Amino acid sequence: MLGDGILKGMAETARNFFGSFVSAERLTTVEYPEERIPTVEAARVFPFLVYDGSDWEAGMRCVACQICEKECPPKCILIDKSKDKKPDYVGKPQFFPTRFDIDISVCMSCQICVEVCPFEAIKMDTEFELATDDRFGGLLQDRKQLAKSNEYYHSIHPTEAAEVDARLAKEKAKVEARAKAAAEAAAKAAAAAAAAKPVAATAPPAAAPDPAPPTPKPAAGGGS
Amino acid sequence: MAVSLDQIFILLRDWFVGFLPAALRPAAGVLLGVIAIVCVFPGLFALTTVFERKGLGRIQNRIGPNRVGPFGLFQPIADGIKSLTKEDVVPLSANAAVHFLAPLVLVVAVFMGFAVLPMGRNMVLVDMDAGLLFFFAMGAATELSVFMAGWSSRNKYSLLGAMRAVAQMISYEIVLLLSAVSVVMISGSLSLPKIVDAQNQYSHGLPHWYIFTPWGLAGFLMYAIAATAETNRSPFDLPEGESELVAGYHTEYSGFKFALFFLGEYLAMFSISGLGTTLFLGGWSAPFSFLTWVPSWIWFFGKMMLSIFVFIWMRGTLPRLRQDQLMNFAWKFVLPFTLLNLVVTALWRFMGEGWARWVVCTVILAAAYILTGWLEMRRKHIGPRSYRYAE
Amino acid sequence: MNAVFYILAALTLAGGLATVLLKHLVHCALAVTVAFAGLALLFLQLDAQFAGFAQILVYIGAVAILIVFAILLTRGSELPKGGVFSSTWLVGLAIAAGVFAVLGWAVLQSVRAVPQQNAVPVVTVHDIGNALMGRYVLPLEIVALLLTAATIGAVIVAMHEKERQP
Repeated sequence: MLGDGILKGMAETARNFFGSFVSAERLTTVEYPEERIPTVEAARVFPFLVYDGSDWEAGMRCVACQICEKECPPKCILIDKSKDKKPDYVGKPQFFPTRFDIDISVCMSCQICVEVCPFEAIKMDTEFELATDDRFGGLLQDRKQLAKSNEYYHSIHPTEAAEVDARLAKEKAKVEARAKAAAEAAAKAAAAAAAAKPVAATAPPAAAPDPAPPTPKPAAGGGS
Repeated sequence: MAVSLDQIFILLRDWFVGFLPAALRPAAGVLLGVIAIVCVFPGLFALTTVFERKGLGRIQNRIGPNRVGPFGLFQPIADGIKSLTKEDVVPLSANAAVHFLAPLVLVVAVFMGFAVLPMGRNMVLVDMDAGLLFFFAMGAATELSVFMAGWSSRNKYSLLGAMRAVAQMISYEIVLLLSAVSVVMISGSLSLPKIVDAQNQYSHGLPHWYIFTPWGLAGFLMYAIAATAETNRSPFDLPEGESELVAGYHTEYSGFKFALFFLGEYLAMFSISGLGTTLFLGGWSAPFSFLTWVPSWIWFFGKMMLSIFVFIWMRGTLPRLRQDQLMNFAWKFVLPFTLLNLVVTALWRFMGEGWARWVVCTVILAAAYILTGWLEMRRKHIGPRSYRYAE
Repeated sequence: MNAVFYILAALTLAGGLATVLLKHLVHCALAVTVAFAGLALLFLQLDAQFAGFAQILVYIGAVAILIVFAILLTRGSELPKGGVFSSTWLVGLAIAAGVFAVLGWAVLQSVRAVPQQNAVPVVTVHDIGNALMGRYVLPLEIVALLLTAATIGAVIVAMHEKERQP
């Protein structure tokens, strides 16, 4: 009959109107900034640098290989390589960046820097409330602002972080196993050499401290 | 006590006016009434803008404005300050005099319409014998202002919007007048207070409002449709649809002139709802005879605001009608039905009291509605769309 | 004859003069609307409520809009090349003066024929309705027939034009 469509429509809107006071399903507003909906795990905004442990300078995974700087499409990353090296999480001495700037007004969140990083050093953050009224410096993030801990990485991307940690731990275990095998081989060789020479009493105590220096560092780096 | 609360505004006015010499009293009384109308209705307009935005929001599963003041109730103040401080841009090639006069003509014509509405017992500003005719005359003047606005802007979209608006308003004005004529036929007078008095009677506790009669219900529905079209409200808001014509005839208006157009549109909504309340819903009379102790002006404003909420509800529900659909609807369905309603009203009057006239009128109107509805719906071949491409 | 009458008469005359003297055609249409309004107010001043409001409703609400639509849908919005005033304006003025003289004489004759009444005859809408349905029902029906014929003619003219174009 003519007009029943209108009546059905009006009934639906009335249901919406009264329902919005009682049920959350009919009122989908989130009153930002007092309320926030949690971001999904796969959200990405701008990159950040991961560091292991509590010291951001010492634990930073980035080795200043500059691959992300070259691959970045809008060229928003600027890296200065250091002159000296510091040990990384497996103990191997690596370069580190003395300057690592990302201009987030240029960054287009394409995640290419994350995809090409061989050291799992740069990952995508989910922080979007970065608006500032400082037009020139406020949107240029430097090394200290970009460094965020591995715990933070776990809190925003749990599955990804767990997977990365598993991979890094496997790498470290492989390196350690190799180092131990090398140390055992060296110790056996040294013991064989010491058995040949009775003066080799000083050799085993000299060989023993060799595996020691690398172990404290990975222990500190691998402690997550 | 109830009587004095009912007449409180009249008593206040008489008290104020009593301070003046006797020669000035009538003029001062009218002036006080004018001041009251000019203060009350724009205040109601401010409240209605908030309620509309919040009501539409709730219908659309969101909250409306809620930042300015508690529950967003001070939003109109913010809107008013914004519109007062915006730059008044007048296009260089626009006709400056007409461009300036158009919102003024609209607002003046709409305010004049409030002069004959009986807002409570003894509370009509001017009791004219031909009050209803005066109201419609003022409504006709608003069409002219719409055209003036559209033409003076030197903008083809404004002109198009104005032409469409005027065509729509003319078509639906006939319907408005004819549905009001059936009320005049039964009540025997063009004066609005007398029409309310005719409806202010009760039998078995129920009032004699015209909406409770078959011809009154049909007339009220036709009046409601025509009122929605006259004030350019959804679903008839093509002339001012933002997605169709930018803003139609008020595209080139900014700042306070735009606020005046907005004010004029909402005040026209108030005055047409007020007239509909007076004609069909019994004006200031109470719905049940045991409720007459509630002041009459509360009933009038309550019914008027109820009509406004129905307007807002319709706006949230219905999609916009296209210009040709709108005109088709007016001339091919609403107008013939209103003419039939006129005949049925005459039949009602001349059949005398009794149950026979109820049955006959209801049957005629229902049959006509179903028949025309069936005819209209039948002609729609709703099938897969066929496309015609240029050769 | 009181001050209100003179003010209203001045308004109507101003509207009428503006209609013929303004250059832009839509301005003239709006000025004639002012003249209609002045006329309606004159009716109201004479206590002819129905005539006054019907004047506003019909003339300002419909006829003025018809005039502006006609101006806009033809090419009336452009200013004519040769100016708006014709070269034979003296002849026009003479004819207008002649017509005005005849009308004035007719009105004055009728006023002299009917003696000045102290009581203003009260004609309510009720009386007008009774007269229309009683004494003047035949002219009413003939006017209705005329309007129907005009409407049908307008529809046919419009439809015919649509059929011409393929």
